[in-house]
Amino acid sequence: MSILIKNGRVIDPKSGLDEVIDVFVNGSFIEKIDKHIRKAGSDVRIVDASGQIVAPGLIDIHAHLREPGYEWKETIKTGTMAAVKGGFTSVVCMANTNPVNDNKSVTDYIIQKARSEALCRVFPCGAITKGSKGEELSEIGELYEAGIVAISDDGKSVKNSAVLAKALEYSKLFGIPVISHCEDKDLSKGYVHEGRASLLSGLDAVPAIAEELIVRRDITIAHYVNAPIHLTHISSGGSVNTIQQAKKDYKKITCDTCPHYFSLTDEATLGFDTNTKVNPPLRGKEDVKVIKEGLRNNTIDIIATDHAPHEGTSKDVEFDIASFGISGIETAFALSLALVREGVLTLPELLRKFTVNPAKLLGIPYGQVAPGKIADLIIFNMDAAWKVDRNSFLSKGKNSPFHGWSLKGKNLLTIVDGKIVYKDKSFKG
Amino acid sequence: MNWTKKDLLGITELTKEEILFILDTAESFKEVSKRDIKKVPTLRGKTVITLFYEPSTRTRTSFEIAAKRLSADTINISASTSSYVKGETLKDTAKNLEAMNPDVTIIRHSMPGAPHMLAKIVDSSVINGGDGTHEHPTQALLDLFTMREKKGTIDGLKIVIVGDIIHSRVARSNIFALRHFDSEIICCGPPTMLPPHLNELGVKVEYNLKKAIHNADVIMMLRIQKERGGVNYIPSIKEYSTFFGLRKEHIPNAKKDVIIMHPGPMNRGVEIMDDVADGPYSVILEQVENGVAVRMAVLYLLLGRET
Repeated sequence: MSILIKNGRVIDPKSGLDEVIDVFVNGSFIEKIDKHIRKAGSDVRIVDASGQIVAPGLIDIHAHLREPGYEWKETIKTGTMAAVKGGFTSVVCMANTNPVNDNKSVTDYIIQKARSEALCRVFPCGAITKGSKGEELSEIGELYEAGIVAISDDGKSVKNSAVLAKALEYSKLFGIPVISHCEDKDLSKGYVHEGRASLLSGLDAVPAIAEELIVRRDITIAHYVNAPIHLTHISSGGSVNTIQQAKKDYKKITCDTCPHYFSLTDEATLGFDTNTKVNPPLRGKEDVKVIKEGLRNNTIDIIATDHAPHEGTSKDVEFDIASFGISGIETAFALSLALVREGVLTLPELLRKFTVNPAKLLGIPYGQVAPGKIADLIIFNMDAAWKVDRNSFLSKGKNSPFHGWSLKGKNLLTIVDGKIVYKDKSFKG
Repeated sequence: MNWTKKDLLGITELTKEEILFILDTAESFKEVSKRDIKKVPTLRGKTVITLFYEPSTRTRTSFEIAAKRLSADTINISASTSSYVKGETLKDTAKNLEAMNPDVTIIRHSMPGAPHMLAKIVDSSVINGGDGTHEHPTQALLDLFTMREKKGTIDGLKIVIVGDIIHSRVARSNIFALRHFDSEIICCGPPTMLPPHLNELGVKVEYNLKKAIHNADVIMMLRIQKERGGVNYIPSIKEYSTFFGLRKEHIPNAKKDVIIMHPGPMNRGVEIMDDVADGPYSVILEQVENGVAVRMAVLYLLLGRET
């Protein structure tokens, strides 16, 4: 089976390619990129991409697929169905499953499940410490051999600085990144950002320094042991400024933010909509400005989703006791395309943060449209308008604060490993 | 003015006109409580539920008396007697109560936003009787009623709120209400108990009690919210009292006709001394009395609204 994608504007951020050109996919691979490719035959599927953009499949370095242990919130199957709809062809699933992915058997299970049920590539992230308790290192080497691409105790910071130092140092052995969730738990006993909105709502608040302090600490430790560090879901302007400064002295720092941190402010929490409850919390207007500036000046390397699906009942309660998290993998790309319209990033720059940069961080050979590369591709329309309807999410998690929003830009077709795994109803190509 | 709102969830949802309309309506109800027969038939056949997840003496009783004086039927549910202790969610409790067709539910809850959640679920009216550290709208309304009654106006006053501001829904609702008027609002307390961004609400901050109450028309004392961890914000109750307890010798710093307010419950000897609480400037029991009139007005307006 082969696919010929005709007349699309093909953007490959890595090579700088950006022109209307044809792409021929044969088997799992991109065989040829050229003007006016002609192929015929019953086994050639011709896709008319006129007026559309052809780009590398997106890579999400931070999602919660919830399996094993929380299958009522999401499964590898439903999570990847949602992912390919959202334009993602590779997803890193976080380790806070039940049991925690801190040993080879859990990793094996995830990989087996993904092999039989996933619609896209699934890369497990292992836990830094056993049970993500922050005390003893997981068997990082065994996890690595089983197939993890990163380690993270996401959901919390490794509180003990000595343990984090050992993890950073030890993982150099395998060349996998340590993904750090930055949060000082003693300062973060709350549910929303500390600001004018929290003063109005009376909700217990978390100051931005709860994140900023750990950003500083983790960078200091990484620098000391000369290991790479990746700081995830950065939400505060102060963190961005710190990272920007630190990157001048020490090159092995990368970071990501998520669409909700540049699409919403803490004002969204004023109606007590529990779908706006996320950790770290939605920040103030000034933070959003600095996050965008950080994306523009490349302080922020990657956009991740932090897709955190939850069942209705864990959100259908008082704000204080509602679960943290946003089901975001189906809205992430469209929300991010707004950055292009606003002039924050060019389209190739934006795509870089969804493809080349995450691939580089994880050391995986994807995120490119080039001859000889694996055919993980998306076709999307920059201007297609649509309305977010959480009830039409493929994810089990309907917990979206963007329900009812009108967005522009839509993924139309997703190809993983040379096969079409998602096609939007509206796409006639 | 015609009342159209179904719920009273917070002061932030009210316009200045609506606030004044409630106060004016309360004036006419105050007289009812002074009659021999303290009952009017206004809300006959209406059902009022008080759903209290937190302890309360004043507010619950005040609402119940207000409802009864308007001839409504009242049912009281408290957390300890509700299915809450059996693990029922607020949403389910709300739906079950709604199935019994009440006309209004007054909810008190330890978590901000609980009344808002309830109001989204039920078609009947919801009144916020205090939600965590968020709002306590009827308290602020009765406080404004008392100020206006005593001072003749709410404009041009210097109003000092002293204590555990960060945990106080009473302070928040009062600030939200007083912002509509041309008064000076000052918050006083240990820095740890004054939330950041107060200045963005037009509130001045003064740590020193004596300075804060200088020339004050109104001093509103608040208790330390022990149930919300207030004691962790100060070294000790004793030290707090030394710096922020209102004593008789403080009073000459304020205006001659200052009024001393407290939403209750008081911790005598901590934030307020006996001779102040029971002294000539105290209007604390008048606040309680006015509370009934204000709540009658609120019930009357919500249940008699234009639909």
